[in-house]
Amino acid sequence: MSHYKMLDGNAAAVEAMKMARVKVISAYPITPQSSISEKLSDLVDAGELDAKYIRVESEHTAMSCAVGAQLTGVRAATATSSVGLALMHEILNVASGCRVPIVMPVVNRSLASPWSLWCDHQDSMAERDSGWLQFYCENVQDVFDTLLCAYRIAEDRRVQTPVMVCLDGFFLSHSMQKVLLPEQDEVDGFLEEYIPKNAYLNPADPMVINDLTPTDEITEMKFQQAVGFAQAKVVAGEVFADFEKEFGRHKGVVEGYRAEDADAIIITQGSMSGTAKYVVDKLREGGQKVGAVKIVMFRPFPHEALRQACGSVKKIAVLDRTAGLGAQGTPLWLETKAALDGDVDVRSYVGGLAGRDISPMTIQKVFEDLHQEAPCDEVNWIDCKDDPMHLREVPLHV
Amino acid sequence: MFKIETTANRFIPHGVSACAGCGLELIIRNVLDVLGEDTVVVIPPGCSALFCGFGREAGMRLASFQGNLESTAAYAAGIRAGLAAQGNDHTTVLGFAGDGATVDIGLQSLSGMLERGDRVLYVCYDNEAYMNTGIQGSSSTPYGAWTTTTPGGKATRRKDLLSIVMAHDVPYCASASVAYIPDLRRKVQKAKDAPGPAVLHVHSPCPTGWGCPPAKSIEVCRVAVQCGAWLLYEYENGKITLNQKPKQLRPVSDYVKLQGRFRGMDEQAVAALQAQVTQHYEEMLHKSE
Repeated sequence: MSHYKMLDGNAAAVEAMKMARVKVISAYPITPQSSISEKLSDLVDAGELDAKYIRVESEHTAMSCAVGAQLTGVRAATATSSVGLALMHEILNVASGCRVPIVMPVVNRSLASPWSLWCDHQDSMAERDSGWLQFYCENVQDVFDTLLCAYRIAEDRRVQTPVMVCLDGFFLSHSMQKVLLPEQDEVDGFLEEYIPKNAYLNPADPMVINDLTPTDEITEMKFQQAVGFAQAKVVAGEVFADFEKEFGRHKGVVEGYRAEDADAIIITQGSMSGTAKYVVDKLREGGQKVGAVKIVMFRPFPHEALRQACGSVKKIAVLDRTAGLGAQGTPLWLETKAALDGDVDVRSYVGGLAGRDISPMTIQKVFEDLHQEAPCDEVNWIDCKDDPMHLREVPLHV
Repeated sequence: MFKIETTANRFIPHGVSACAGCGLELIIRNVLDVLGEDTVVVIPPGCSALFCGFGREAGMRLASFQGNLESTAAYAAGIRAGLAAQGNDHTTVLGFAGDGATVDIGLQSLSGMLERGDRVLYVCYDNEAYMNTGIQGSSSTPYGAWTTTTPGGKATRRKDLLSIVMAHDVPYCASASVAYIPDLRRKVQKAKDAPGPAVLHVHSPCPTGWGCPPAKSIEVCRVAVQCGAWLLYEYENGKITLNQKPKQLRPVSDYVKLQGRFRGMDEQAVAALQAQVTQHYEEMLHKSE
């Protein structure tokens, strides 16, 4: 029988990895991921998780170990944040290119510089072209549920692609919430034992993996990866449906909230989505017909599902937790703009950088701005202080 | 009579070959021959990656993975853990990398693997520069040697890989040379049987990079040992054993004059190299007593 437990996001991630019966763990501590490394090592030490723990000396090695281990035919586990994810960058592309379906929690933290310990999505957004699927979580229950589903999606023969499950640093990783956990046998029924379906390292059946490949073949291999991404949309739908049947909780790649009859919608990702729903309820009480849409799966980008969730709404705000410097808009805005018809007024907002709280007031400000008539074709820094160019100004005495 | 089907080297097919006179091919064929088929191999990009093959054609008849330059030891550690998690403690996990991938960019992951005591056999074939990319200097390039990034001769001594390895208190490590194959094969067997991480550091001539005739490459490596520019020794259970202890070292100039890469060295530079070589030999003699 399922049971409730008070867990923070990192502990929920560990529960999911444990129940997925990971066999090799290679983890390097980094704030705010560290308690994942610690808890996994505690479980192995206490004999509660039958796995090998490799106390690696960097994230680059953590991901290399995970690739090597999973190629021998077991589920490998690691997790990281921020600059740790950046250090993995090279090997992330090896994992995806070799079709090694590793599932990894990414505890979102701002990417240096400036140094920050706190949450935004710059780290995982910088890896959006690394060939990994990406899911973003709203709350702690969502962390557990999404990870469980992620193993099924990643390992599906049609997908064969690694997955990042992104959870907001501190807002989720260190927030204690009530989580409904299934029993191990229920999880075993949902998630079968890992069997490598593509490349593997076995002396009894030798193969060379990842050799130098001629130009003649690489376009086709990248196309195969693209097919895997396309299939991931189908498979995610199937797995979420199966998950709902087994565990009773609904999941979608895109989730609308009071969006059907809305005049204006805010699109969000991650923990800010809960705040957006709260503000939608408040504004609805005041007679404003607003709604919210949460992007659960960012890679592959579910543009058909997003179009459906937005219906015929003509005013849409996209609130991104990353700046997308130099682009016409933020990453989520670019995807949204491309998904929707040209006559929809889609506006790009940046907020919540490096742990700045996205409060109900922030969301409300976004809606207020969206009601202003003149469409804005520039990125709107919604929670930026006045006069930012004079921050830490140093008088020159020369 | 030599029959190509049966007498052929076991794991690397005929036709897979390095440059003429390159020591790497002889080393890998012998290493794999001693290790046998119950082996998983990790090779980073570089000269030795040619043994992974190209496109659809595998260069080796062994379970193997071409990794990345920094993380040969890390991939190997992950493979070891994955095998161990499935109850396999018999397969040899071999990391096979050049000097650049070992003493430069791969040093961190190698150090991590050694410190953790992961049971990996790591072979560094050392041709003393980045040969695959076109003879750029590495931290294994010897004093005075020309490379494309040390055009005036390298100003500093080489990094001492095995001293770094020994500082990790590994159960077994050894230097070897392609000019002494029976010694190399014996050391591969010992390294295979070691209860923890083991490292072999093998001198591997590159005629292109060293500026010597391909036919002379084994001779050059033999002279390196005879003059003390490359020492053959083992470290086992905390004890160093010198395998070759000539009473009188040949002058290092005998080694220098065989190779174009040292052509720019004047008398003073050769004397400085001689002083380094003599000092290192005496230190090692002292440590091995």
